[in-house]
Amino acid sequence: MSPVFLILALVTLLSAVAAISFRNLVHCSLSLVVTFAGLAGLYLQLHAQFVGFAQVLVYIGAVAILIVFAILLTRSADTPNHAVLAPGWLVGIAVAVVVFGALGLAILKSEAISKKVPAAPEATVKQIGDALMNQYVLPLEVIGLLLTAAMIGAVIIAMRDDKEAK
Amino acid sequence: MVESLDQLFVNLKHWALGFLPEALQPLVSAVLSIVPLVAVFGGLFAIVTIFERKGLGRIQNRYGPNRVGIPFTDIRLAGFGQFIPDGIKALIKEDVVPRAADKVVHFLAPVVLLIPVLLTYAVLPIGRNMTVVDFDAGVLFFFSVGAAVEISVFMAGWSSRNKYSLLGAMRGIAQMISYEIPLILSAVTVIMLVGSLKTSDIVAAQAGFTAGLPNWFVLTPWGFAGFVMFLIAALAESNRAPFDLPEAESELIAGYFTEYSGFKFALFFLGEYLGMFAIIGLGITLFLGGWHAPFPFLTWVPSYVWFMTKLLAIVFFFIWVRGTLPRLRMDQLMSFAWKFMIPMALINLVVAAVWHFMAGTGAARWVVCALLIAGPYVLLGRGLMENKHLGKRTYRFAD
Repeated sequence: MSPVFLILALVTLLSAVAAISFRNLVHCSLSLVVTFAGLAGLYLQLHAQFVGFAQVLVYIGAVAILIVFAILLTRSADTPNHAVLAPGWLVGIAVAVVVFGALGLAILKSEAISKKVPAAPEATVKQIGDALMNQYVLPLEVIGLLLTAAMIGAVIIAMRDDKEAK
Repeated sequence: MVESLDQLFVNLKHWALGFLPEALQPLVSAVLSIVPLVAVFGGLFAIVTIFERKGLGRIQNRYGPNRVGIPFTDIRLAGFGQFIPDGIKALIKEDVVPRAADKVVHFLAPVVLLIPVLLTYAVLPIGRNMTVVDFDAGVLFFFSVGAAVEISVFMAGWSSRNKYSLLGAMRGIAQMISYEIPLILSAVTVIMLVGSLKTSDIVAAQAGFTAGLPNWFVLTPWGFAGFVMFLIAALAESNRAPFDLPEAESELIAGYFTEYSGFKFALFFLGEYLGMFAIIGLGITLFLGGWHAPFPFLTWVPSYVWFMTKLLAIVFFFIWVRGTLPRLRMDQLMSFAWKFMIPMALINLVVAAVWHFMAGTGAARWVVCALLIAGPYVLLGRGLMENKHLGKRTYRFAD
């Protein structure tokens, strides 16, 4: 474990905790931005440049802005008065620990972990592009079509209905 | 001689590194790459503010700053010392933070603005062998880091607890998101044809000359259209007139940084200008041949001089535009981005592909590609103007 990984992990975890424990929703979303940035740093540390930069571009540049816009447009920025922790938080922690334990056990006992880790290939952007455009071109197109349909749907919902207004 | 002048700064750095122990070299090498960059572009910021004020003054038939020279002497330098008192003023001014403001976020906003803006300079090839880090995904790095600027705009606008600030931030973010799409789409054409996201590869692809003209992408039909769209989107991304709605003085005081004073205000100002230089630098790298000379007989001029010359030329163009064009309305801004820029950028992508597959057909691909751009341009422009009923403007009292 290198010091860089330790710092990144700490930043990511602390900001993630902050994101669920702040009272003010805008503060929560800003801490979430730090979490996204920390994750991008972790990807970069694994020499996954493309994934790291795409993480920043998509999550910080688009998703975080979307969250912030949604908060500002749907409710007032006043901080809520009720407690941050839900009443059954002890039970929640217990459930979380059980789930984590089960998952961890399953992973540790599986055969995948005993296999030797192959040497990490140097994944360049060119290889990712080739894979997307040759081997995985159908899933890519399907996702593109789905997103376009979603966008057209959103536009239709948002469009003012002139006939009814008259 | 020419070679050594071109590589002067690179060799100087290697020479300085030679005196250091092996262990220190990577760290010092990074510092030696970063510090001159920050110093040069910081100095450029200072000079350009004066040029901008003087240029705008010239356009508006007034003098602009012409008094301050070197402090404590009688040398006046035609007003070019103005940035020194401006900087001192910003430094010693009281830092006023509104009582209702969110103190931490308010403090962090200018920092969050400046860090990504400075990071974008890392991938710009300022000259031959003069890129700080030549990432494999350099152009993607530029855009992804640039996207973080929007968060800073939001932080500044929201934390001030001021209606003008919040309105300015909302306008700013909406504008940046809208114009980011044509900006990236117009850059994608170059990436498609070069086949690399590496900035040094993109510059290398534009080396050499054909019939006395450089092989710059701006001199191809798709490159020209892409460059024009890139410049328009860059104007909007850097919040400059005619896209300065987020900080429209006459409507919103100063937009999202209304509640900032003293040095924090100066930081916003600095961040905005550095962001503009960076995005122009990327435009030069993508379309204007990077640090390559425009004519074969001028190749002896050092590469960094060419980069800076092109940068200053476009900065002057931006100042000219600011002094000449009126501000757009919000709906005009949005419809221009979504109904004109994005369709044209998508068409330009297709044209770039056609250009690629018609390689070797000589003049035919020039004609086909030029028509493929000019046709949609005219049709789209006509179509959007159809219902506007814009005729010849008539004046009631003039004439």
